[in-house]
This record gives sequence, structure tokens and C-alpha cells, in this order.
Amino acid sequence: MIAYIIRRVLYAIPILVGVNVITFLLFFVVNTPDDMARMFLGQKHVTQEQVEDWKTERGYHYPLFYNMQEEGADTIRKTIFYNKSLRLFIFDFGRSDSGRDIGFDITQRMWPSLAIAVPQLLIGLLVAITFALLIAFFRATYIDYWAVVICVALMSISSLFYIIGGQYVMGKILRVVPISGFETGLFGIKFLILPVLIGIVGGIGSSTRWYRTIFLEEMNRDYVRTARAKGIAEQVVLFRHVLRNALIPILTGVVVILPLLFMGSLITESFFGIPGLGSYTIDAINRQDFAIVRSMVFLGAFLYIVGLLLTDISYTVVDPRVRLR
Amino acid sequence: MNDRTLLFLQFILVCMLTACDSEPWNNPHAGGEESLNIVYSSFSERPKHLDPVRSYSSNEYQFLAQIYEPPLQYHYLKRPYTLVPLTAEHLPRVRYLDAAGEPVPSWRTDGIAYSEYIVTIKPGIHYQPHPAFAKDEQGRARYLELQREDLKDVHVLSDFVHTGTRELVAEDYVYQIKRIASPFLHSPIAGVMREYIVGFDAFRNQAGERYRDQPDAWHDLRELVFAGLYVDDRYTYRIRIEGKYPQLVFWLAMPFFSPMPWEAEKFYSQPGMDERNISLNWYPVGTGPFMLAENNPNLRMVMEKNPNFHGERYPSEGEPQDRGNGLLADAGKELPLVHKAVYSLEKENIPYWNKFLQGYYDASGVSSDSFDQAIQFGSQGDIQLTDRMREKDIQLETSVTTSILYMGFNMLDPVVGGDSERARLLRRAISIAVDYEEYISIFANGRGIPAQSPLPPGIFGHVEGEAGVNPHVYDWVNGELKRKDIRYARQLMAEAGYEDGFDRASGKQLVLYFDTPGAGPGAKAHFSWLRKQYQKLGIQLVIRATDYNRFQEKMRKGTGQIFQWGWNADYPDPENFFFLLYGPNSKVQHSGENATNYQNPEFDRLFEQMKNIGNGPHRMQVIQEMTRILQRDAPWLWGFHPKAFSLFHSWYRNVKPNLMANNVLKYKRVDGQLRETRRAEWNRPRYWPLIILSGVLLISFVPAVIGFYRRERGTLR
Repeated sequence: MIAYIIRRVLYAIPILVGVNVITFLLFFVVNTPDDMARMFLGQKHVTQEQVEDWKTERGYHYPLFYNMQEEGADTIRKTIFYNKSLRLFIFDFGRSDSGRDIGFDITQRMWPSLAIAVPQLLIGLLVAITFALLIAFFRATYIDYWAVVICVALMSISSLFYIIGGQYVMGKILRVVPISGFETGLFGIKFLILPVLIGIVGGIGSSTRWYRTIFLEEMNRDYVRTARAKGIAEQVVLFRHVLRNALIPILTGVVVILPLLFMGSLITESFFGIPGLGSYTIDAINRQDFAIVRSMVFLGAFLYIVGLLLTDISYTVVDPRVRLR
Repeated sequence: MNDRTLLFLQFILVCMLTACDSEPWNNPHAGGEESLNIVYSSFSERPKHLDPVRSYSSNEYQFLAQIYEPPLQYHYLKRPYTLVPLTAEHLPRVRYLDAAGEPVPSWRTDGIAYSEYIVTIKPGIHYQPHPAFAKDEQGRARYLELQREDLKDVHVLSDFVHTGTRELVAEDYVYQIKRIASPFLHSPIAGVMREYIVGFDAFRNQAGERYRDQPDAWHDLRELVFAGLYVDDRYTYRIRIEGKYPQLVFWLAMPFFSPMPWEAEKFYSQPGMDERNISLNWYPVGTGPFMLAENNPNLRMVMEKNPNFHGERYPSEGEPQDRGNGLLADAGKELPLVHKAVYSLEKENIPYWNKFLQGYYDASGVSSDSFDQAIQFGSQGDIQLTDRMREKDIQLETSVTTSILYMGFNMLDPVVGGDSERARLLRRAISIAVDYEEYISIFANGRGIPAQSPLPPGIFGHVEGEAGVNPHVYDWVNGELKRKDIRYARQLMAEAGYEDGFDRASGKQLVLYFDTPGAGPGAKAHFSWLRKQYQKLGIQLVIRATDYNRFQEKMRKGTGQIFQWGWNADYPDPENFFFLLYGPNSKVQHSGENATNYQNPEFDRLFEQMKNIGNGPHRMQVIQEMTRILQRDAPWLWGFHPKAFSLFHSWYRNVKPNLMANNVLKYKRVDGQLRETRRAEWNRPRYWPLIILSGVLLISFVPAVIGFYRRERGTLR
């Protein structure tokens, strides 16, 4: 398995380089370093000299990929790409264009993202599995039919609607939770209730349908039929046999998104004023802060690769028949 | 149901009932007694800079201006805007010098080579408590010689145990002006100041040379000589500028000219500070009424009263109506009137607006989303609050901003630009056709007044009523402004050689291009409206929408034709608006702010004259002459001056829009008790729908449970 992991890690390098190059190209197609400097220096009284100074101080005065003014290794070394992107591979995120340490900001802002994402994942998982199991139990009945209809309806509604509707109903009409905001400590729990609830409701349709499919597939297997034929009670069949075996695809599906929980949710964090990594990324895009954008894209890509690797490993843990070579 | 479940339900019920009597559940702020004397506000974007040398935006000034104190400030209540001393003893004394440095009488119009602004600050002003000033028992600075390892337990500024203070001295102001000139700090006003302050460029070059190899280290600017700056004594400094520049006094009321203690800069430039984001850019050090107690730009900024504040009294005079409006109720009281201000990050309008209605913010603007909820128009077209707002006793303040939104013609363009009579007639015809009254009504909810010249109300030179009307676009009929008939505009078009919008020379329809950074679904209605306005003259308008970067690039290169832009006053002087049309300030040739690239020698001559004379009949005469030239040449469609609407709760006192002053928090007062009562009244939780919903959910499970047991007990048939 170690050889497999090493191989996967090596495969990850060209993927990350590719992600870096694409981010770099996309960003600089839309924004030139001059645009970034002007955005940073403001709208009024900005002279070209100030723009040039800003670029020089932050290393944006170099060409993008190839420096024809230089010779030897400096043709590559004295470029924006080399200076801004390659250091990411040693997780040196550097400083944002406004001068803040990005690594420090990430360590500060991942906790609010996790505070929303972890309960959302765990409670959502519990609720979705419960509903899916119930629906699967009543397969081919009116309960099953209407549950699927409701799930499809829930899936069809935009997450923005859930957020604005949730804030309106829970915060404004019922006044049981704050409309938005964030706090640390025990006082902060009330700020988490609404975004977590909305996240669960927003995701319950799709996950319940998916888990229902998994459960139905399991329920049609021979070992379930055998268990029933032996006269085992239905709840025992469901919880001890079906659920346990269906957990393999569920677990692997969950493991892949675990690392991405750090990255936060762009819309939820923005509407609820949660100072997580999602809103950090959105802010950076709005402010044309390339240093943060590239760091967050790199981190997202890296965590996704880690998630996929963990998924593969988790197969071997939950299913002894699987071997990684 | 077993005993444990019953007990749990009882517990929940008790919690719900007891919560009815305590603070509202939806309160986003921590409660308690101390919350009574706090202002609650918000910010929508995290500040980029809190260093006064760099900061140049209103969302940063709402913090900075409460902390840093330049020598002058604007009187809170008086109008027109009046400068008064803040840390200065009095307004700066000005003396004029000839080329040899000899004094020249102020009435002389020639022979003035330099002006000197002499500022004397009040003694006994001290900085806020800060670790940069902390001293040990031997009187040595505790934290100015730190090594990286000394910071291992430091994460935020408050982790430094000791703080200290010191007296404000003239040298601190001079130090800050040197920082403006520093090539490493990128002050946005460096380009303006280099034109005026003597020795600016020489100092800049000297600093650049000296610290080129150590850009991140502390630059002890005290060591470098700045030819135009003098420290006369502990409390007096002088700024020498080239020629005359009376507008300098306005700059002296902006945070750029606040004092900066060298200790602070040295403190923050020590190794390891940057990695913890502990920098002057994030942790200001000032003498103002407030200091930044919590700096979490991702969540909340909290300002607390500065215990070392030198003291200031609420003004005891203002406009005649101020007394009746209760704005002088606190006259003579010691400032600040609140001990804390909490600014929460609110990126979206809807949550902010709802929290304002719940009483969790003291004041709010009126966004287009919430306009209909808040404002209605009376039968006479007057602006009123809706019944819902009045029920909550919410108050409305409106004021015309000292800004302008205009549509500019690129004067370098061969069709709409230039000084020919043809182009002038075409521009005037378009000025009549584009109905800005309609624009204000449709797109700004009536929040604006049509502009007659670049000067908004409140700026010297603005003339109200008939005398101020732009005679090329409007008539004055029955005491009201009336846009000229479109037939007159068509006549002008015909005179210009574009009858019915067709070019007489080529026989083709006239096609003009409108460059705009606005795109997306929201801008569609605006574009349709605009096309319709030009269509009145038979002109086909092509919209060239792009992103803001490309738009700016077009403006810099002069490749745009017609565009819309705006300007917000830096200071209340006509020079700050007329310079947008001053020839040597053109964007293409000189990278200035004259985006239309308008150039008229007569206007330029009058501008140079106007900017150096004090407000008075002579200046007014020159301004009127300049305005006449501009109205005739029509390089802009004058557009409109937006009106600011602000709503505030009845417990929020001393609210008077002051568009020039940023340091207004110190004047605000809060009736905390009333706020608590209203909040409790408006935010009683309604939990019964939740109980019903839970009941419905539980009941809906009953058939499933019954079905389950029936199936369990059923037999195979």
C-alpha cells in the first residue's frame, strides 16, 4: 500500500502544476499586474510611477513566464510564475497583496469554516441515512413515492433561496436565532444553528435519494433475503445487515469530501458573515488579490487529491477484499 | 415515553419559557449592562489599510478618523463646511515668501515663490496606551529591540503585557509627512504632494537610495532632511510649499497628515511581527477619542474610548435649526459620548437591513432592495417614511452629497470631441436629450438633483435657483427647472449637420459609442433607457460594456467616446471639482483626473486664478465665468448630485450628515435603555410555529411506525 500511496503522491505533482498554471493563466488573462496595482492603490491620484513602484515591490514587474531580458536560469527564475507559484509546493503561501501573511490567515479562518461544515456533515449524514432507510423500508409504497417527490423538490431549489428564506423565517419572523453573524465560544452556538440547519435541509434531498438507492441495492441482495428467510426481525435486518454493508459506499463518499470541509462555503459564509475560508476566497477574487486566489486554488486542489487518496485507503479499511498495489 | 424523555422535554420547555424574559434569542451582540453605551454599526468590506499614509477610502476612514488626529477637523454642525483646530492651537498661520525666502505681503499676487504653513499643536496631548511606548524600570523601551524568539507567545497586539504613552510633539507630524514621501509606502497622495511641498522629490530619492537594499526594515526617516519641513519647537512645525496652494489646509484635516510616532513604526518593523500580521497597517496608534480594541477584520472591529484622550467638548453652535432638532442638547459635554463602538462585518444588504429593523444596528442607509419598505412619496412628491418605519419611530436624514455622477465626452474623439461649433452643438443636443430627471426617478428612486455644473450644493460657487441654471439645457419656468424641449435639441442637431440623426456629409445614421464597466442583468434596463434617450435625436447608441480594468485602460488611452463616471469631493473647495476639467490634468496626456481630456485655455487660465484666491465675491465671479465656459462647451452631461438617505433609530442621537468629516463617532450618543426596551419588544421569539411544526413532523411519522409494526406482525399470504 505504501508503494501505491507514493505513486499517488507523485501523480499529484503534475496535477498541481497544471492547476497552478491554469489558475495563473486565467487570472492574468483577466487582470494585468497594472490592474492589480491600480485596484490596490485606489482610484484617485494614482500615477504610473506609483503603479510601477507597487509592482516592483511585490515582484509583479517581471514577465509572466519567460524573461527575455535575462540569461540562463534567470530567464525562468525572474518571472512572476516562478516567484509567485512555485513556492506553493512547499506550502509557503507568502503574503497577500495587501501585506498579510496568508498562512496565518488560513489557520485563523479554517476554524469558522469547520464550525459550520462539520456539524452540517455529521447531522446531515445522520438525518439523510435515517430518512433513506425509512424510505427504503417502505419501498414501492405511497410513502416512498412522495418521499422521492419531496427529495426532488428539495434538490431543485437554489441554495440561495434556502439561505434568504431561512434568515427570513427563523431570524426575522420567528426571531429564534440571529439572522447572521459569528462568535466564538458557547455564545457562538446560536449563530451556527441557522447555517447548519440550512445546509442540512439544502443537502437532504440529494443525499437521501442517493442513500436510498444504495440501501435498495443492498436490500435486494441474497444475504438479506437469507436473513429474512431465517425469520430475523426487519429492524435487525435493516440495522445490522443492510446499514452496515451500505455504509461502505457511504463512508467512501464522505471521506472524499472530508479535507474539503476546510475550504468552507462561498455563499453561506458570505450571507451569514462567517469569517471562514469561503468568504476569504470570494473577497480575494473581488479584490483581485492574486496571492490569495492562487493559494486557495492550490489548497483546494491539494485537499481534493488528499480526499481521493483517503477514499482509496478507506476502501481497504472497510472492505478487506480490496488491496491497493 | 420514559421518565428520562419526559425530564428532557420539561427541561427544554423551562429553557424556552425562561428565555422569554431574558435577552432576545436573535440578538447578534453580546448583551449585559455595558452594552447600554455602545454604538452598533457595520462594515461591508474588510479594510485594506489602517495606516493613515496609505488609507484613502471611506470604509477605512470610519475607523482611522476616530483614532488618528490631524491638526484640523471640520466643524460638526456648521455649514458651509468650516475648518476648526483639532490638535492645533488655531488654524495654521500662512506666510508668503519670495524666491530669496523673504516674506511677501499676502495681498501681493506676484512674486510669491513659496508659502509656509505654520502649525502649532496643543501641549499635553498623549497617545493611546501602546506597547511601542512601554518602558522598563530603568526607563528603557521594553519592546523596541525584540528578537524573533521574544515573540513566540505573541499572536496579537494585546499579548504584549506592558503599554505606555508619550506626549504628542510636532516632530510626529513631520515624521508622517516624510512617510507620505517615502517611496516604500505608496501613499496615494504622493503624486499630488510632490507638486507642492518643497523638497518632496529630493527626499523621496534620498530615502529610496538610503533604504533600497532593506525595504522591509525600519526606515528612520528622522535622520533624513526634508527641505520643505521644519520643526521650530516641541509643538510647532512648518510646511513650505511651492507658490500658493490654499487647499493645503483641507489636506491638513485628512488622516494623511495625522501624527505618527517613530516608536510605532520601529516597533512594528521588528522581525517576526509581519508573520503575525502585527503591523502598522492593522494596529493603528493615535491620539484620538477611540482606539482599536479588537481588530478582527474578518468578523468585527471594536473601538473603545482612549483613556489618554486629551478631551474635547461637544460644539455649542451650529446652524439655526440645529437647536430645534436637538443637535445642541449635548453642547459643552465632554467627548466622546459613547465608550465603545462595535462594527460587525455585514457583506450582504438583506441581513443588515433586517437587523437594523430588529434594532441591532443603530443606523442604516437605504439600499435599492429596501427602498420601498422604507420610503414613500407623498402626494406632492415629497419624501416620507413608510408607516412601518414610523411605527418603529425610525428617523430619516437626507443630504445632497458633495459628489457628481456625470456622462463625459472624450474631447479627443473626432465626432463628439474637439472645440468645433459642430461638436459643441452635438454635445448640447445630447445634453438636452438625456433626461436626467427621469434617470433619477427610475434608477435612483428620486435620490438626486440634476446638476447644472460640476459644483454640488455645499461647495463654494454652487448657485441655487434661477441664477444657477444651465441655460443650454434648462429653462426656469414658474420658479422651477424645466428641461428644454426635445425639438430644440433636434434643431441643434440639424445645425450641427445631423438632421434627424443622419450625418449630412455621409448620409449615414450617426452611431455613437458608450463605454461602461457596468454589465450583467442589472445594467440592461439602464442601457435600454440610455439608447432610448439618444434615439430621441435619431442617434444609434452602441453600448460597449467591459470590466472596470479595461474601462480604465480605455480612459487612460483615450479610446473611449462617451462614458459615465463620478467624483466624490476630497475637500469642500471648487478647485477639487474644476480640476477634473483642467487641461494640464488630462488623463491621456498627463495621467491626471481629467478623463474627458477637455482643454480650454481660457478655462485653464481662470482655474489657475481661482484656485489661489480665497472665498469671496472675486472668486465667485471667476467661478461663474468658468461655469459659463463649461456650460457652453458641454464636455460633460452634468448628470446629477446623488442624495444620501440615512435612517436611524430614535435612541441614536446627534445625527447630522457631515459629508466632509469622518471623525463623527465622538459626537454620537445612544439612549441604551430605550434601545434595550425596543429590542426586547421587537424581538420576542415566536416558538409556537416550531412546536406545531415538530408536532406535524412527529404525527407524520405515525403512519410509518404503524406501517412498520403492521408489516412486522403481518403474515405472508
